Amino acid sequence: MTDDYIKHQYAPILPKKDEWPVVKLSKNRKEFLNKVTEASVARILRHTGNQVHLLKEELETVLYRERLRLKQNPWLVDPDNEPAFWAKVKSSLLGIGVENTLTDAERKAAYIAILESIVRRYVEEIAGNFKHSHYKATRRIVTYGFSRLLNTARVKGFKSFFSTQYTLQDKIQIIGETDQIRELASKGTIVMVPTHFSNLDSILIGWTISTLGLPPFIYGAGLNLFNIQIFAYFMNALGAYKVDRRKKNMVYLETLKTYSSEAIQFGCHSLFFPGGTRSRSGNLESRLKLGLLSSAMEAQRVNYQNGITDIGGKIFVVPVTINYHFVLEAPSLIHDHLNLTGQERYYKESDEFSNSYKISKFLVKFFTKGSDISVSIGKAMDIMGNYVDAEGNSRDRAGRIIDCRDYFMSNGQLTVDTQREEEYTKALGSRIVEEFHKINRVFSSHLVAFTAFNMIKKANKKLDLFSLLKVPEEDISIPYDQFRAKCLRVLNRIKELKAEEKLHMAPHLNVDIDQIIAHGLENVGMYHAKRPLIKNQNNEIVTEDMNLLYYYHNRLDGYELEKLFR
Amino acid sequence: MAMSLRNYSDKKSVGVIGIGSFGAAIANLLAEKSSVIVYARDQEVVDEINERHTAKGRALTPTIRATTDPQLLCESCDTLFPMISSSGFKEVMGLFAPFLHPYHYLIHGTKGLVLNLPPGKTLDNVTKLRRENLCTMSEVIQNETVVVRVGCLAGPNLAKELAQKQPAATVVASRFNEVIHEGQRLLRGDNFQVYGNSDIIGVELSGVLKNIIAIAAGALSGMGLGENARGLLVSRGMVELIYLGKAMGGSTKSFIGLAGIGDMVTTCNSTLSRNFTVGYRLAQGETLDAIVSDMDEVAEGINTVRLIRLFLESTDLRAPITENLHKVLFQSFKVETALQYLMKYPFNVDIDFL
Repeated sequence: MTDDYIKHQYAPILPKKDEWPVVKLSKNRKEFLNKVTEASVARILRHTGNQVHLLKEELETVLYRERLRLKQNPWLVDPDNEPAFWAKVKSSLLGIGVENTLTDAERKAAYIAILESIVRRYVEEIAGNFKHSHYKATRRIVTYGFSRLLNTARVKGFKSFFSTQYTLQDKIQIIGETDQIRELASKGTIVMVPTHFSNLDSILIGWTISTLGLPPFIYGAGLNLFNIQIFAYFMNALGAYKVDRRKKNMVYLETLKTYSSEAIQFGCHSLFFPGGTRSRSGNLESRLKLGLLSSAMEAQRVNYQNGITDIGGKIFVVPVTINYHFVLEAPSLIHDHLNLTGQERYYKESDEFSNSYKISKFLVKFFTKGSDISVSIGKAMDIMGNYVDAEGNSRDRAGRIIDCRDYFMSNGQLTVDTQREEEYTKALGSRIVEEFHKINRVFSSHLVAFTAFNMIKKANKKLDLFSLLKVPEEDISIPYDQFRAKCLRVLNRIKELKAEEKLHMAPHLNVDIDQIIAHGLENVGMYHAKRPLIKNQNNEIVTEDMNLLYYYHNRLDGYELEKLFR
Repeated sequence: MAMSLRNYSDKKSVGVIGIGSFGAAIANLLAEKSSVIVYARDQEVVDEINERHTAKGRALTPTIRATTDPQLLCESCDTLFPMISSSGFKEVMGLFAPFLHPYHYLIHGTKGLVLNLPPGKTLDNVTKLRRENLCTMSEVIQNETVVVRVGCLAGPNLAKELAQKQPAATVVASRFNEVIHEGQRLLRGDNFQVYGNSDIIGVELSGVLKNIIAIAAGALSGMGLGENARGLLVSRGMVELIYLGKAMGGSTKSFIGLAGIGDMVTTCNSTLSRNFTVGYRLAQGETLDAIVSDMDEVAEGINTVRLIRLFLESTDLRAPITENLHKVLFQSFKVETALQYLMKYPFNVDIDFL
């Protein structure tokens, strides 16, 4: 993968919208939802071992949790008839319980009917509502609207508003294996797995996909985003289906996985944020949520079961990293990270992305001032994490072609083994994390934040992390010369890592160190009220917010660069 | 020859790679239920097996066939049992890699570690080893081949006793239930019990690390010491094994199972064990070179001590038995001096890992 970004006009790989999988899916919406419902019910029955009392228990658990959710954590997007629906489920469940005249078979059928009604409701909620006209409108807003803003800011003079000198591709740089993903998207099914730092990611990725000439991808977006109207509009347009993090019951989770698996089998390119939520700490994701990944694994196996052994049934996993100088939500994210100990069950959403006005304001700021973003497209892999070639063949380390179907074979037969697939999914998760680190692109702002934080840490060796973060900001300063020397050291190590193909560097790191530092200081968290890092009049590096500095420093965690500070 | 092997049976055969004493014992166990094909590198050994049904003098079930062709073995068998010493493991896997497919199961029985250093580095020019520089055999298999469904065999399995069909048991460890089931199906017999464990790293490390303690046990015997000393060594050795094993990614549960305590007690009490013999002869005053030169199979413990000592350098762990054994093996310390040192070592808590 080269470091240079690719500014390029890509022709759509499927010019006619009727050929887009997502359009086909929305045309067959009703049929598809029936299929998902049926498959989910079958799957849940399998989970309960077809035992009536287990099914009953499961239904009671769902009911209990859903009623609790309604009471404790209601959202704007929740439909008005929620309480009525669950009240009805409750009375039906009670009814079956007290009815003595039912035979065992009738009783079972009655429970399954309730299960089906719940699953159907979930499926309807999850299902996306792709509308081509919305998609077109959104794309136009994003590309034209933003490039107007961009040119107004950058091209001076009267006609600036109508200039086309700069396009969005100057602002958001796409690098990496763009040709491969286009090639493979026209042959098989893509599952794109990006890192997740900001709510802006969804829109950014949507734009990237359309810029690359790919048909729209479907993806699971947090239901909470649909609370915000501007997002709801974008998301529906981009083929999003809804994922409700409040619902942790088995019936919902299985339905969600079935939906994703069926959509992939249908041939819809999909997008998962495998970290689950935005990275709270600012680190590259190191532990992935495997639920949705497992649906890709399953879809691949089902395709083989159905005899689709050619490339048309093959699933390609493409890791993507999004690199920022600035993450709008950083202050609240890092605050959560430091406060919460992983308990996000009833986490209240309240951050800078809380309403449409704030977002619009940010977008205007973003496109009129500096701060570039880059999106790195990684090499495509099969579902086992082997790289694939241009024709979509999986290759082993020696370059030999391997047949992915063989991973699902035992004693000459294609077999279904959920324990095996769980292990495979874990392994795929680690491969994705490995690729994230490789395709991650270092910016000047990451370099300065990482260096400064580690210098402060070293100067306060005796403090643990939380005490360190509490050191008053005015007590911290680093003489510029020392800072410069350390930055240079880290930079040199980064260059070595780059030579070993363990990470990537933005081209703006190829100038002299003073320029890099100046660029980094200027850009690191540039729109925050309190800047993570600045140079004062005494030629010292100081911070206005240690937590933010820690957040931006985390981006370079995982490369063992901290060893340079021992 | 090749054709006759291919048509040997309608059902697929089971493969055994390497035919040392343990390999021969496992091949015989497998041959009770399946047709078995053995891979050996030397044509002479292959001829001996096919013509006389022995391998280096050890009796083999007459139905066992042998070949020097890795490709033939891979095509004839879905499940293969690599039974080679750790020193040749990587190379042999490289030989098999072009013919292995993701549908193969590999269940190995090798109780050693393989060094995994970046290019240009050797054991002589590094001062410490990190976990990623040391590979268990399952990790070697995954690095060198496309096989992911990997398992290992470990437990108190002295080859000579297995050959006499004495009652015994083994552990098949794998992250994949299907591999455990396959191992059980193929190996379980009237006198052979097979347990499953999902912590493959823990089980592999049990087999690897217990060899260190076995050398020490041999040394105590060689000095003419009795059962009190051995009891002391086995229990302290167990603590050391658990600390090291946990630091390398195994779980405590596995170390107190059949492959851990079970194997350790057996090896420390057995004059049949190669590692025990090394320690015994050292204490009798022989040099390491002399001992190694007239053993016909590798005592894995010697290499393990060397690697683990370097691994300790990268951790905060203390492993007094391993450290002192290293001095005896490689720095011509007297066994007596090492023992004196150990008796003075301030162990004061009996058990602190549970």
